[in-house]
Amino acid sequence: MTLADPRELAAADLGTALDEVPAGPPRGGFRAALRRLWRHRSGKIGGGLVALIVFCAIFAPWLTPYDPLKLDMIDRLQPPSWSHWLGTDELGRDLLTRVIYGTRYMLLVSCVATAIGATGGILLGLLASAGGKWTDMAVMRIVDIMLAFPYILLLLAIIAILGPSLVTALVAVGVASMPGYARLVRGEALSVRESEYVEAMRVLGAGNWRITFGTVLPNIASPLVIYTSYTMPLAVLSAAALSFLGLGAQPPLPEWGAMLVQSRSFLRTASWVVAAPGFAIFFAILGLNLLGNALRDVLDPKART
Amino acid sequence: MTALLSMEEVSVHYPVKGGVLRRPTSWVKAVDEVTLSIAPGETLGLVGESGCGKSTLGRAVLGLRDLAKGRITFDGQELKNLSALDTRALRRDMQLIFQDPYASLDPHATIGATIRAGLDIHRIGSRAERAERVTETMRQVGLDPSLADRYPHEFSGGMRQRVVMARALVLRPRLVVCDEPTSALDVSIQSQILNLLKDLQDELGLTYLFISHNLAVVEHMADRVAVMYLGRIVEVAPRAALFAAPRHPYTQALMQAIPQPDPARRTPPPLTGDIPSPDDLPQGCRFRGRCPYAMARCAEAEPPLLGREHRAACWLVEEESTR
Repeated sequence: MTLADPRELAAADLGTALDEVPAGPPRGGFRAALRRLWRHRSGKIGGGLVALIVFCAIFAPWLTPYDPLKLDMIDRLQPPSWSHWLGTDELGRDLLTRVIYGTRYMLLVSCVATAIGATGGILLGLLASAGGKWTDMAVMRIVDIMLAFPYILLLLAIIAILGPSLVTALVAVGVASMPGYARLVRGEALSVRESEYVEAMRVLGAGNWRITFGTVLPNIASPLVIYTSYTMPLAVLSAAALSFLGLGAQPPLPEWGAMLVQSRSFLRTASWVVAAPGFAIFFAILGLNLLGNALRDVLDPKART
Repeated sequence: MTALLSMEEVSVHYPVKGGVLRRPTSWVKAVDEVTLSIAPGETLGLVGESGCGKSTLGRAVLGLRDLAKGRITFDGQELKNLSALDTRALRRDMQLIFQDPYASLDPHATIGATIRAGLDIHRIGSRAERAERVTETMRQVGLDPSLADRYPHEFSGGMRQRVVMARALVLRPRLVVCDEPTSALDVSIQSQILNLLKDLQDELGLTYLFISHNLAVVEHMADRVAVMYLGRIVEVAPRAALFAAPRHPYTQALMQAIPQPDPARRTPPPLTGDIPSPDDLPQGCRFRGRCPYAMARCAEAEPPLLGREHRAACWLVEEESTR
């Protein structure tokens, strides 16, 4: 140990020789978790990739001299060069510029879709766990029905109802990830509700509302964060897939999935046109997954090896 | 003297579920027609082996278990007939100190928040007044108030148990159910916590229902002792009388099971046989299968609690004439 945790030291001071400080699982402290994440190797790489994406999304207009949408018919299908690092597409747009602007859509998708899924799923799961036998039955059967559909079919069904656009793709991916959250939350919440500290709240006179949001929710936060780290890359991939199918972002938006589908006919003659968005998706997913694995290691002491 | 808490023929049954439909096929009588009362300021010790229903009885007193039969009266009010509002009000008067200070503290709440919870729930006082009450209660249980913003994992078992006590006492309850408050602690810390409980009782005028499987602890704490076997009270007596001359064969066996340091004073061999399954009790006295004095009469009918001050549920007591 290089640097002692100041709180551990304080606790050691308090205990007498007989009153030993128990070596519980490392818990508490958002900052301590961040520090452990930084020490984690794949956390560093994943965090770096994700940070790069965020940086590109924020500073896109300053990072590139080109416009992501403006056509340039003279420079169409240029291979990578010093003026166009990743080449240009069939309409003469700079691919690097489009990839950089694409980070905005990727972030939008991952954050908004995951937020929709997490919020809805958490509320459903908490409702099922707290609402009593019949509510639980009703909610979980709906969840089961949703889970019974193949994921992509569920997405298509939702889009068929709402009509294809980037916003409906977001909503569809969000809604499709709700049942997973609901299941996880219900299970974790039910086990927390059996705990003695929840019983203690009941003895004090706490109502269901206070127990659910004041005690249960904070205690299921770490599995939720871990689960979110799994669903986020999935959301990005699903949204890209939907765009590829023409059901998500529509051209000419520089969304990676949409870019792929537009340029796939040039795969043989100008492979860089497909490579740029393809590798962008690959690295984004890789970054999210590595970060997710690191988060799991940091937050879940049981799974640590 | 009127009792602060009285239980009349209190029974708590747990369903045994079976079959595909998970319907209850039979019921375990975890607590079976228990009649007890506790006077204000008194400590009633409740002893018995694991699984005899003593914790369930404690939970039932706090309204955490549905009664299959019987009634519980606190300060003249029957618990079952109360409105939701009155039940909430009553929560302030009755509290529980848990057995395991590791499981009973919310790991994601600071101990200050844990102790303050009762005040928040019942909306007692202003923010400043709540903080002051938390500080005062922490001092009473021997915790440094400056530790309020720390988390439970930073504390040792003994200190956690003080937090558990502070959480229960912050509402200034009149009755505290202590559910084996020391059995999860190191022996060296047990006596600290027990003495603290006694001091707090004097200071705050508390009434305790003190549940334990440890006879020595109960002898130290209780004014009166009730012995429980398979959901029933088999003996109730003032502490001195019970420990001087236990009347029920089960209590006698419990006392003999206390290890004796002097080999010359070794007593007859301890009980043989197993505890019968609580969902399939024998006819008559439920202890007769293991009782060295079992007679024909014991198989016919279950003995009620006999005697006046010192009561035991055994036919032998009747023959001794009621004292």
